[in-house]
Amino acid sequence: MRSRILAAALLVAGLAAFSGFPAHAGKKKSAVDDRQFSRQIPKDERLLQALNRLTFGPRPGDIEHVRKIGLKKWIDAQLHPDRMVENPALEEKLRTLDTLWMPSDQLVRNYPPPQIVRQMIAGRVPFPADPDRRLMLQRVVARLDRGQNQGQGDAVAAADREISGILTPAELRALRTGSPQDRLAAFETLPRDKKDDVIAALPPGIRQALYPVAPPDLRRRLEMAAGPGAVVANDLVEGKLLRAIYGNRQLEEVLTDFWFNHFNVYLDKGADHYLVTEYERDAIRPHVLGKFRDLLEATAKSPAMLFYLDNWQSVGTGTPAARGASNRARNGLNENYGRELLELHTLGVDGGYTQKDVTEVARSFAGWTINQPQMGGRFTFNPRMHDNGAKLVLGEAIAAGGGIADGEKVLDLLARHPSTARFISRELARRFVADDPPAALVERMAQTFLKSGGDLREVMKTMLASKEFWSEGAYRSKVKSPFEYVASTVRAANGDVDYALPLANQVAQLGEPLYRKVEPTGYSNAGREWLNSAGLVGRMNLALQLANNRVPGVTVPSGAAQGIELGGPEFQKH
Amino acid sequence: MVGGGAAPMWLQRALYAADAPSPRKKILVAIFQRGAADGLNIVVPHGAQAYYGLRPTIAIPRPSTAGDKREDAAIDLDGFFGLHPSLAPLKRLFDQGHLAIVDAVGSPDPTRSHFDAQDYMESGTPGLKATASGWMNRALPATAGKPSPVRAVSLGPVVARTLAGRAPAIALQTITGFQVHDAAAASQFEQLYADSKDPALCGAGRETFEAVALLESIQKQPYTPAAGAEYPRGRFGDSLRQIAQLIKADVGVEMAFADIGGWDHHVNELGARASEGQLANLLREYGQALAAFWQDLGDRMADVALVTMSEFGRTAHENGNRGTDHGHANCMFAMGGGLKGGKVYGRWPGLKADELYEARDLALTTDFRDVLGELVARHLGNPTLDGVFPGYRPKFLGLV
Repeated sequence: MRSRILAAALLVAGLAAFSGFPAHAGKKKSAVDDRQFSRQIPKDERLLQALNRLTFGPRPGDIEHVRKIGLKKWIDAQLHPDRMVENPALEEKLRTLDTLWMPSDQLVRNYPPPQIVRQMIAGRVPFPADPDRRLMLQRVVARLDRGQNQGQGDAVAAADREISGILTPAELRALRTGSPQDRLAAFETLPRDKKDDVIAALPPGIRQALYPVAPPDLRRRLEMAAGPGAVVANDLVEGKLLRAIYGNRQLEEVLTDFWFNHFNVYLDKGADHYLVTEYERDAIRPHVLGKFRDLLEATAKSPAMLFYLDNWQSVGTGTPAARGASNRARNGLNENYGRELLELHTLGVDGGYTQKDVTEVARSFAGWTINQPQMGGRFTFNPRMHDNGAKLVLGEAIAAGGGIADGEKVLDLLARHPSTARFISRELARRFVADDPPAALVERMAQTFLKSGGDLREVMKTMLASKEFWSEGAYRSKVKSPFEYVASTVRAANGDVDYALPLANQVAQLGEPLYRKVEPTGYSNAGREWLNSAGLVGRMNLALQLANNRVPGVTVPSGAAQGIELGGPEFQKH
Repeated sequence: MVGGGAAPMWLQRALYAADAPSPRKKILVAIFQRGAADGLNIVVPHGAQAYYGLRPTIAIPRPSTAGDKREDAAIDLDGFFGLHPSLAPLKRLFDQGHLAIVDAVGSPDPTRSHFDAQDYMESGTPGLKATASGWMNRALPATAGKPSPVRAVSLGPVVARTLAGRAPAIALQTITGFQVHDAAAASQFEQLYADSKDPALCGAGRETFEAVALLESIQKQPYTPAAGAEYPRGRFGDSLRQIAQLIKADVGVEMAFADIGGWDHHVNELGARASEGQLANLLREYGQALAAFWQDLGDRMADVALVTMSEFGRTAHENGNRGTDHGHANCMFAMGGGLKGGKVYGRWPGLKADELYEARDLALTTDFRDVLGELVARHLGNPTLDGVFPGYRPKFLGLV
């Protein structure tokens, strides 16, 4: 009944927008909103609402756990992740994903892309110090070189010859046939001194079959042989799924997903491949319950964002860097970052800025660049690229000669702007409360934002203390995103994940490739955007596969999950 | 028209729609180039001296360019405009009168936000954010009886904004993958969704299972495009190939939507030569896919019109990084057996300093709704354009 009223109201709103009477429709809709978002849900449903929205879905026993320690206390703990003890099972699983802890420049050295490997061979860049990694890289290099001098077909033939040179036909056959477990057993029986050569020479088909069953250190060596660069991307997506599924700091993880998406960068844009790991770890995660101003500056100065939105190449007009440029590599102002900073990161598209503001903001940030981006470089301010003239941003004068302070002043201005407070509050409420969050709630959150100097924990507290968050209008009203859906199925089924890449591929199939949203908008925070036939078919199939233990790398205790339930309509919502 | 003998199961199912005595309805295919394609380097105004002044390092050379640089030059269309060299496969279609081009066209809204501009173009209501549905959904002609569940198909993991709305529309990633792999479970799911009290989930479930049932039989036959049609590898080629497959299977498709991203070339739009680099590679994929679609459908193109669009154009002048920033007017392509192609439509506004929009972009002389409106009214035969583009009366260019 409730939802029918809402649907009718939306229909009226849609039609009215059509015939040009939006004000009238707005009134009707808000009357329904008021009722929906003031009727409170009963106590048991409050436990589920908290787990649905502040975690990646309840695991068996979670409701009882929250009931036992008390909802208020549990929420308070989630709001202070730094005081929380992390799940040792998660820490154990993350340990093998060693790229997650490396600074960008180390990532490039330890898991180099082909062009850096070539520089290593030429002696311009040192090989990694770790002898194992060095050895494996040298094997990869040797293969790379052979591949260079041959066509595709020849390379396959050569790989076959190579592996045939190491293994007997019987050994090779054992690696090619049977279940993954059989193949692993066959691999384990090989003499120790042969193993490394075999790993380097294995054809991709055999290698991939071993991934889900190989113990972590062996999988690592197999992945390295496949291509060191891919390890970086795989670790990122695996880490994200493992944290969502196993982590105790669930709210921090939900917020890290939210804020990464808000300040979206694209993993496959050139140098960003090696910059995103550090970006999420050092620019996003530490600030998700901190001050918005700090988060904003961390992203503005991150090599990942500077590269993604081209600001690292933006050169002020009339500056030494612009004048000194040769004709081939012309330099000048690039307004890509300036525009998205205003539209997507802070004010919102209706936040009250003009094209002139975009250009002035771009001028303020010219010279915020990256030292050696291809080597996992660091943020640097280059005064030769910065036009030091006076600027006027959103009506506020920025005096001439400010240098790096110009951009910092723009960040100050934006971080305390009422449009930013509202835009951020609306997006948070859209993620946590409802696809169309009530305006009154957004306004209260925005007031907290402004009063607290953009303290994101305080904004979250206002939201979590609101009647709207605990209302019938919010409860189970949102369709899960593919990432939320996949993580929640594994949690509900009490699945154990040895290898998370197949799950990440499922998330991508369902329409949300992780770290790979090309557009700076990120994915929508509105759940209804994900409800469609392709997604439903994919979700039903995944649910069945998972319940029948057919997702590689995941083990579900027998009888722990019903595919029909996980793929059914109720489980699509949270 | 079905031919002798009993109609196969799937065709009977396709025909259960009471209002579909003939599956040969008119079909509209819309393509969205996301990211703001650089129209000036796609349909090159090589006859405008100002173009070469504005783009000292990233202009496409004139068709008259001689010698070994020929393959990097624009392919002349009419003495003034030329195609980017990567679009060579489309030249023949233009010459044969099957491909029409509209230039200096786009949305009159001044926004340079990708998100807003795509939203406006997809809803068909520039400047209005509250429009809940897409223009293509509203353009579906009224039906008596039950329409085909795959009447409106959006290729990809979600239903594109353009096609979303009150009339059922499905999202389809791949035809072969569009099934629940366990028949017993499938019928349980179907019942659960039918019983759901949530109208959105119930509706989505119903649409899904109807479409799954309809597509079941064509999933079993491997699809071979008609002789000679070679779709490029990648998502866009796959999308067009599957749209062609659905059209040829006569399952009742009337509207199809596909998109191709990656046009936001702020840096190094071209490589060392015009036929290399980001734009050239993307246009090669785009042009090959359109040409393959034409070839694959053969005489079925008599019923089909395909139209392309992008949210806005790019700055007339190049920026500081051999790229272009967000601009205004752009170009559109329309391809179909019933179209009057072989011509570049639209009034050319010029590229001299005082002719530019806001002193930086190609000015707009044709509203994108003029192009779409004509296709809806005269190709699809849906006369109710005020419902499709409320508040706007499209002016037909004479494309159909």
